Amino acid sequence: MSRESILNAIKQNQPELSPLPTEVDFCFEDINPVEKFKQVLEFIGGKLHAVSNYAEAKEYLDSVMPPAGQWITAVPEFQDHAAFVEPGDPHLLENVDVAIIKGHFGVAENGAVWVTEELMGARALPFITQHLVILLNKNNVVPLMQQAYQLIADKEYGYAAFIAGPSKTADIEQSLVIGAHGPRSLTVILTD
Amino acid sequence: MSAGKDHAALAQVFNNDENRVDWHDETLWFVRAKRDRASHGIPDWELLRETASQIKHNVLSNMHNYLVQFEENALTNGIKIHWAADAAEHNAIVLSILKEKGIDRMVKSKSMLTEECHLNDFLQDNGVEVIDSDLGERIVQLAKEPPSHIVLPCIHKKKEEIGDIFHEHLGTAAGESDPQILTETARQHLREIFITRRAALTGVNFAIAETGEFVVCTNEGNADMGAHLADVHIASMGFEKLIPQRKHLSVFLRLLTRSATGQPITTYSSHFKKPRPGQQMHIIIVDNGRSIQLGREDFRNSLKCIRCGACMNTCPVYRRSGGHSYHTAVAGPIGSILAPNLDMEKYADLPFASTLCGSCSNVCPVKIDIHDQLYKWRQVIVKNGYSTKTKTAMMKGMTLALSSPAIFNLSGKAGRLALRYIPFAVNNGLNPWFKQRDMPTPPEDSFTDWYKKNRKGEKP
Ligand code: SF4
Repeated sequence: MSRESILNAIKQNQPELSPLPTEVDFCFEDINPVEKFKQVLEFIGGKLHAVSNYAEAKEYLDSVMPPAGQWITAVPEFQDHAAFVEPGDPHLLENVDVAIIKGHFGVAENGAVWVTEELMGARALPFITQHLVILLNKNNVVPLMQQAYQLIADKEYGYAAFIAGPSKTADIEQSLVIGAHGPRSLTVILTD
Repeated sequence: MSAGKDHAALAQVFNNDENRVDWHDETLWFVRAKRDRASHGIPDWELLRETASQIKHNVLSNMHNYLVQFEENALTNGIKIHWAADAAEHNAIVLSILKEKGIDRMVKSKSMLTEECHLNDFLQDNGVEVIDSDLGERIVQLAKEPPSHIVLPCIHKKKEEIGDIFHEHLGTAAGESDPQILTETARQHLREIFITRRAALTGVNFAIAETGEFVVCTNEGNADMGAHLADVHIASMGFEKLIPQRKHLSVFLRLLTRSATGQPITTYSSHFKKPRPGQQMHIIIVDNGRSIQLGREDFRNSLKCIRCGACMNTCPVYRRSGGHSYHTAVAGPIGSILAPNLDMEKYADLPFASTLCGSCSNVCPVKIDIHDQLYKWRQVIVKNGYSTKTKTAMMKGMTLALSSPAIFNLSGKAGRLALRYIPFAVNNGLNPWFKQRDMPTPPEDSFTDWYKKNRKGEKP
């Protein structure tokens, strides 16, 4: 058991207490959140489509997503369109083609969407699916990460993630390839 | 892999292929240029760096309390906590967790700490198969090499070489080197691994004392694919990964990838707070020399490092000598500060593998005084008698020359004369600077002489 000896060594060796900076929420950027969000999201390989209601969203998805595949959703309003995700063994999600979930909010500066596990239905779903669709209300886009963490602050979750674009890699000679292990595409549907 | 060889000798091996050196240099400079564009794109960059550095300073000064707080919160969240004094204990803990569950195959997402601990070799020797799932890591693993860069593990490999590796191990067509096709092949191969492994190990980018959660950043989603499909998730972290509060992530996540690759954020910034129902989650908190470094006043700032790799991408020596020449898990400028702390004799060469140009310190998102620390290590190493004979003699000569204007002038004169009339005296193996370059033709006059001639009457 090394706990005590490690903690003791640390206690002895750490320097005199220096204060935490009081201000971390600074913001000097004048950002039009939705504009910037769209621009950055497309830059990082995601797609953005604006609709005025869920019916339009469904119509749009029907026109762009693989029709025959397995569609799964964690959004109750989409149950007529995709199977509702069941809790349980994540391995059952192995062959999901399209996953439709909701996001809490987007971050303009980096195109990320904050999603907690209740919105995922299953933690594995946004990663194991071939194509990921996130529904986001257009009023819920904040400019910077500072505002994002103000919203998250003391929220409770077991697992949560910022998702920014489709899975990607540039490990082979720095050539960007979309679709490493996770989704081959990310579509954010902006609703009114 | 390079027993007994020092950085200069290993760099020479890399330098034998001049085209590769140029290519390596340019590729990393391209990444560095992306970092510049990203950092210049946000107006509060310098304030972010300063804030990050101060937060980390507070962490170092209050590490004991934050660790206790983190442990308590993580335990409440249902995570099991282990403490490892060194690499051996870390590896033994991983093995015991797997043994207890009867698991002999594990999938791993990128973790430089497990490289530092040589976990893969240890587990393999103990009958456990480990597959690295980050594409770059998988490539070097198949090539039986360590990563050469902390963020870009196979940056030293050309796509044709990767094509050959995939042809041999994953059955792609001979001569196939298209990154798209190779990545798709790896995707299929690794998907099968994710689906079938019951244990996944990930690194930790940030651990939050206030909440007991930890954050893992990847672009590929491999940490998540592994962890969410496994019954057991083991996370290995050096204790310096702690930050005080969740809101501090806003500062670090803004800095990390902009510094690393010029991206605004990684594709996935995953916050693990509790195991999912039915899953076991473990965190191994590792010391392995870090508490000693914490006690070294001149070097403790190196523990602020968030492993973005910017100092490597910008380092003129790293770019031209390749990561493997550093013969340690973390290469480049920051690795050259961290390694001598673990074993001063073995890594005595590394602080000398730098031009001290300061570029590393300029790009560091947490404002570590990297080049100053390299300089300080040189002094410690010489004082402790670990430097090579030639370096010690040269350093002594330099100290002497720099300490007296008379000797400085005289040795300058002697140097210029030597270069002019007996260039072989400096263009030889004793002078490492001569490698890869010819010594310059010396000027007629020294600067002092020139100044006297041309600026008469002004004070030099
Ligand atoms: S020392 Fe600084 S620049 Fe280098 S990897 Fe660490 S954080 Fe990045």
